[in-house]
Amino acid sequence: MPTLPIDCTVNGAATHLDVAPRTILADALRQDLGLTGTHVGCAHGSCGACTILLDGAAVRSCLMLAVQAAGHAITTIEGLSNPDALTPLQAAFRKHGALQCGFCTPGMIVTAHALLSANPDADADTIRDMLSGNLCRCTGYISIIEAVLDARAAYQEARA
Amino acid sequence: MKLPDFTYAAPTDLRGAISLLAADPAARALAGGQSLIPVLAFRLGAPSMLVDLSNIADLDKIEVNNARLRIGAMARWAAVAESPLVHTHHPLLRAAISHVAHYQVRNRGTIGGSLAHADPAAELAAVALACDATIIAQGPQGQRRIAVADFFCGALTTALTPAELVIALELPCMPTDLRWGFAEFARRRGDFALAGAVVHFSLDAAGAIINPHIAGIGASDRPRRLTAPETVLAGQAPSLAILRAAADVATAETDAADDLHGSAAYRRSLAGTMVLRALADACAITLP
Amino acid sequence: MNAPLVGQPIERIEDLRLLRGAGCFTDDIAAPDALAAVILRSPLAHGLITRLDTEAAQKLPGVVSIITARTIGMPVPTIPLRLAPLAELVPYEQPVIAQDRVRYVGEPIAMVVATSAAIAEDALDLIELEIAPLPAIVTNDDAAAAAALLFPDSGSNLCITYTARLGDAAQEFPGAIIVEDDFSTQRHTAATMETRGLLARWDAARGHLTVHGAAKAPWAGRRMLARQLGLDEFSIDMIAVDVGGGFGMRGEFYPEDFLVPFAARHLDRPVKWIEDRREHLLSANHAREFDAHLQLILSPAGDILAVRGRARCNLGAYMRANASIAPRNVAQFFSGPYRIPNIAIDTDVFLTNKTPTGTYRGPGRFETDFFRERLLDLAAERLGMDRVVLRRRNLITSAQMPHPIATVSAPVKAEELDSGDYAETLDRCLGAIGWDRLQPLRGQRINGRHHGVAVGCFIEGGAAGPSEHARLELGADGMVDVFVGSSMVGQGLETVLLQISADALGLPMERLRIFHGSTTYLRIGFGSFHSRSTVMGGTAILNAATTLKEAIRAAAGRRLNCAPDEVLLGAGTATNPSGAIVNWAELAADVPAAPGQFDNHTHTYAYGAHAAHVGVDIATGHVEIFD
Repeated sequence: MPTLPIDCTVNGAATHLDVAPRTILADALRQDLGLTGTHVGCAHGSCGACTILLDGAAVRSCLMLAVQAAGHAITTIEGLSNPDALTPLQAAFRKHGALQCGFCTPGMIVTAHALLSANPDADADTIRDMLSGNLCRCTGYISIIEAVLDARAAYQEARA
Repeated sequence: MKLPDFTYAAPTDLRGAISLLAADPAARALAGGQSLIPVLAFRLGAPSMLVDLSNIADLDKIEVNNARLRIGAMARWAAVAESPLVHTHHPLLRAAISHVAHYQVRNRGTIGGSLAHADPAAELAAVALACDATIIAQGPQGQRRIAVADFFCGALTTALTPAELVIALELPCMPTDLRWGFAEFARRRGDFALAGAVVHFSLDAAGAIINPHIAGIGASDRPRRLTAPETVLAGQAPSLAILRAAADVATAETDAADDLHGSAAYRRSLAGTMVLRALADACAITLP
Repeated sequence: MNAPLVGQPIERIEDLRLLRGAGCFTDDIAAPDALAAVILRSPLAHGLITRLDTEAAQKLPGVVSIITARTIGMPVPTIPLRLAPLAELVPYEQPVIAQDRVRYVGEPIAMVVATSAAIAEDALDLIELEIAPLPAIVTNDDAAAAAALLFPDSGSNLCITYTARLGDAAQEFPGAIIVEDDFSTQRHTAATMETRGLLARWDAARGHLTVHGAAKAPWAGRRMLARQLGLDEFSIDMIAVDVGGGFGMRGEFYPEDFLVPFAARHLDRPVKWIEDRREHLLSANHAREFDAHLQLILSPAGDILAVRGRARCNLGAYMRANASIAPRNVAQFFSGPYRIPNIAIDTDVFLTNKTPTGTYRGPGRFETDFFRERLLDLAAERLGMDRVVLRRRNLITSAQMPHPIATVSAPVKAEELDSGDYAETLDRCLGAIGWDRLQPLRGQRINGRHHGVAVGCFIEGGAAGPSEHARLELGADGMVDVFVGSSMVGQGLETVLLQISADALGLPMERLRIFHGSTTYLRIGFGSFHSRSTVMGGTAILNAATTLKEAIRAAAGRRLNCAPDEVLLGAGTATNPSGAIVNWAELAADVPAAPGQFDNHTHTYAYGAHAAHVGVDIATGHVEIFD
């Protein structure tokens, strides 16, 4: 299968990839770069588990070709995590029991991060609306909304 | 659900894109990909080549000229919704976009892609129809303007000729005193609407409705204007009774079919309800 | 001694990896050498395969093999019942791949193994398949009318009828009130966020198979696979990794659980199969499709005298490994937490050309709870009685326990409710939702919403036997490794079992590691289903902890020159009466691994009550849950 060379930034690092045109970005991140925190739950844009940041905006990495990442900055859950401590969003998810099986969680965290970065004052309705593209089968969502509301303080501080 | 094999090109100008599409009838344009990539994931299409329009300069511009709002085909939903020009000149479009799919899809999907995809449940198509929009297309034979009423030919079918691309949508700027309403119903937030309605009209000095425009979402196999309720409303003072009468004829005019999500009767009834709710919103009438 | 960890809200230890995207789900296992498998599934609900030509597909570059029933050798193995097996159900077991007949959309017909999943999918389009359609049996009525038979040899689409009996429901009830109605519940499916997936490796030199992606009941799966492949069961390791949701669906033995390991062995190459969302919806167990006609018989004062009637289960095309549970439960658990002295419910199980069904979140109970609670509301209306008063009047009291429930035919096992205070949960539930405050809203239309308020009571079985197993090992680093047969299906098992372990050993959780759900950890285990993993696995750990502490006392006694029962155990320390201390770490070499087993042949029944306040927009049908 002929591949195309692309250069992009992944989690802050300049990255070169050779990808087949038909490879979706989620598969390239997972298989070529080993960034398996980006989960593929449906591969057709319904579940949100594969959400990543493309130049800071939350997008579904199953609905993008890997070649389309050329020249762009990609951030995955790994890029929003550090080994020393949970981030405020992650800590809030843990505190509120906002995850059980954890498969949807990276997509939830990435989406919520994009939302709170843009709008640290988002109210519960806004959060519910913005997270409506991320499905969870375990929690029933209430704890997720509570966790994101709780994490707002850290984003409000960061803005100040 | 891996995509079928294809080649990929990302030309930097429109002419290049059109000539690639013209040279290969099995090539397809790739805009935001939020509908096309799922189609490919389910292997419901097998293009030989995807011609990515992302790198074409100036195709995402939003501008106002001569009281017309022009939105470039590659403008993404999020950018349109956040545009101050859209905020000022087309609050109806802005309201409709908040119902388009999900946050992540709005960050990536484009208005041109939505128009060309021609899903009967698309919010934008109904807004365009209700607002007498013009679609600007460019193909091997050059540029042309297509009245939106002539654009949608059926489910997922448009008047575009092979290798012709939507390059912009033009909407008359909304007069500030235009009354408008938007309503849609989906089982879950962000799902394709089972029914929806876009309405706008003006009020004359005596308070009567003039120039009513109504378009239905999911009301047919194609985006469509609903003229029967317009006729009912024209010249009438807004009242709950007249809105109900308009909604009733909207129900009758809708030709939705049975599908997995509901019976035709349910969809027709829902279409009437959405027309009623959009009208009530436009008239600031509280429904009991 | 600190306060016990059990009962405290603990932040989950598994969250630390899951929140960072550092969990390891099946598709996250790096296997660059693995081939990808995809499955050709039947596009028709019912038909005879008249042509299956794989030649063109086989020639596509990158395709390694195409496996069909012929490759495996006919007749191909079938998938046995794991739970409540019966000889009469054997004819309806699912073959691991279709041979000459397809019975549901999604049934495997061929498996393509290629160098990538994309190429394997390309090859699917090149397989030439022709199926002569047969009439599709979709509903229970279709099945009963039998315009076509799924299994022509059986002469009927009725697979089995389960009967539930208590007392004599057929007798006359003079002066009684009869409330009856038809009910139905629609199909559900698990739709876990992570689809199923398997990675199988065959080690030809050792004759050993390793299968990643096990869940729920790995030892049972291993037994079935070993029998089908003609291998010794200890030649197979089933390895569980992180699991993106179980819901009863995951971890049962499906056709792919044979096909993928078979391919790995047949080709002597690692093979990975990751179910896609479309095939998940077509092929993973469905559930819940029942209809019923039931009569509730009450005295004029509101005492339930009897229930009788018939339920029908739309089973789908085959009797899968756990498919008998829901129809049995629908019949057996109709009585729920209520005193119903006379019960006669039959459940007809019909074969239809739909995806086969299995257990899903309280199988059978959701269905029968709805039938019963709705009948109680209808009865209250008919009797002019308050809905809560009627329920409270009929709840089994603590004094009436143990209380028998209906016995189900084949396999017969008497069941009883042993303890509980059902009225207490009802009262607490009503208090929590503010029942009295909500009563005036019932039936009102407010802001376009019609308000509805309802309450229901239920019981939920758990702690299925026969046993669970654990082993504790003290390491030279002072850590205790906990091995347990319970499986993680996304429910927070690690934290719960470490809480139990830490309390049992008097150690902080940081001093424990847990290993679960893989056959490599224990020679025998059972797993996580029927609300059993904490009760059964946790108790096995408690038993193992007792043994480990005895061994530590014995070793410490030898080291500290005192009798074992004089040794005082602290958090990782052992002290003799004169105050000499030795750390557990120093004793590790003298402390053997401590096995623990917990046997249980009695189901336990948890109980509760639910109340809901909803608003219905009758113009759209939208239901909003207020509380």
